[in-house]
Amino acid sequence: MIEVESVGITLGGRKILNNINATFQPGVPNLVIGASGSGKSVFLKCLVGLLTPQEGKIIYDDQDFLSLEYDQKQELRKQIGMLFQNNALFDSLTVEENVEFPLKMFSSMNREERKHRVNECLSKVNLVNSNNKFPSEISGGMKKRVGIARAIALPIKYLFCDEPNSGLDPLTSRVIDDLILQITKDLNITTVINSHDMKTVKDIGENIIFIYQGAKWWQGNKSDLDTARAQNIELDSFFKASF
Amino acid sequence: MNFFTEIGRFMIFMKYVLKRPQKWSVFWKITFREMHNIGIESLVVVALIAFFLGAVTTIQTANQLLTPSDLFPTQLIPKFVVGSVVSTSAILELAPTITCLVLAGKVGANIASEIGNKKISEQIDAYEVMGINSASFVALPKIIAGLIMIPSLIIAANFLLMTGGAVATKFTSALSFDDLIEGARMVFHPEYVEIMLIKSFIFSFIITSLSSYQGYYTEGGALEVGAAGTYAVTRICIFILFFDLVIAQIFLGL
Ligand SMILES: Nc1ncnc2c1ncn2[C@@H]1O[C@H](COP(=O)(O)OP(=O)(O)O)[C@@H](O)[C@H]1O
Ligand SMILES: [Mg+2]
Repeated sequence: MIEVESVGITLGGRKILNNINATFQPGVPNLVIGASGSGKSVFLKCLVGLLTPQEGKIIYDDQDFLSLEYDQKQELRKQIGMLFQNNALFDSLTVEENVEFPLKMFSSMNREERKHRVNECLSKVNLVNSNNKFPSEISGGMKKRVGIARAIALPIKYLFCDEPNSGLDPLTSRVIDDLILQITKDLNITTVINSHDMKTVKDIGENIIFIYQGAKWWQGNKSDLDTARAQNIELDSFFKASF
Repeated sequence: MNFFTEIGRFMIFMKYVLKRPQKWSVFWKITFREMHNIGIESLVVVALIAFFLGAVTTIQTANQLLTPSDLFPTQLIPKFVVGSVVSTSAILELAPTITCLVLAGKVGANIASEIGNKKISEQIDAYEVMGINSASFVALPKIIAGLIMIPSLIIAANFLLMTGGAVATKFTSALSFDDLIEGARMVFHPEYVEIMLIKSFIFSFIITSLSSYQGYYTEGGALEVGAAGTYAVTRICIFILFFDLVIAQIFLGL
């Protein structure tokens, strides 16, 4: 579980996020939605510590993340998997080496065990026969899969996905959504997904947070959406714009 | 950003870089690869430059010292002095400084754009989120590899400079190979080797650490990655020559 308390951040003299409160439970997909530029990526970066909010608290299962020393943060991050908007695969490594990388760094597995684990992860994301390709040689959807496989190679407790559907066709988007949903349930991890894909929201949104101009504008779940849209003009126009 | 905030940011960067590697086996593997990239890949260009530079310096020094003039119509300066001047220039200045200026362009630009590319494509963030100290992971192997390979290249450059000089003597009757060697022997001083090595280590560190720093703080896109490379080279050259001056004054200033 991750608790976010009154988080606020100012970047380059501009207030980007203001007083965000949220609780993210394990085992269900938590969605952060909002228009482009509303602050979703900044929020996710605050959660994992790539940006440091000036205000508020972020609690990972009773650990106050922002008050940790660098080394302690690094220790906690070994339990974090992240899917970047543009994948951030290591371009000098093959698919297989990308997934193997966290294992090499942080596990005591030998070569055989690592190979086994890599193939296990790659088959979990339905990516076989591409082990020796480089990231530049595979499609957008395949890159996402590699990103997911790399994120789950080590036993993680938290998964963050920044717009996992961006740049993908609708069909592949659904597949990636399902994959993330399935992994979240199977591993019972705390998953936070940034999205502005309406289909995702309607399909898998259990706990949805709508960010509007850096503030939390609405929170609810997919079954509340229609009533909320009727009452909330910003949410409604966001939905209309996204179709 | 002003000069002093940037110095501060460089210090903070180095504080993270100079940490114990998280996995030694991975660290050494990358360091060996970097030793190849920095050292072996630069061998040919360094060798060529040293050879030509040695030959040119010998020809020009001989021309300046041995040509009779109105003031000194007869040959006053012994020929071996040319060898002394050439060998001293080589060991104190040409081998360490010129080699490192060349490596600033080759190695420095390369490192800055490689790390800059990792930065803008969020690979640096990916390391960090995994729990890897990204600054150390990308920069430390390059710095260590540089400290091993660049001084080795400089030592090699020294021999090639003298080889260039030796070859140049074959094309003139004004100066013989023996003159060159005799002159070199007469003024040789072990302290010169120490100064050369001190320069080598300081310049290596400047090349690899400044270029890593420049890459690590790249923001933007492909254009900025290119700019990071250019900035890195300019700054490295300025810092190398500045420290060249400082070292010369400390050890050789009269
Ligand atoms: N490092 C930064 N410095 C200054 N401003 C930033 C930085 N990162 C993001 N921003 C600004 O914060 C706002 C929110 O950006 P972002 O979180 O990327 O939006 P999105 O919801 O599309 O992911 C944007 O206006 C962006 O320009
Ligand atoms: Mg974004």
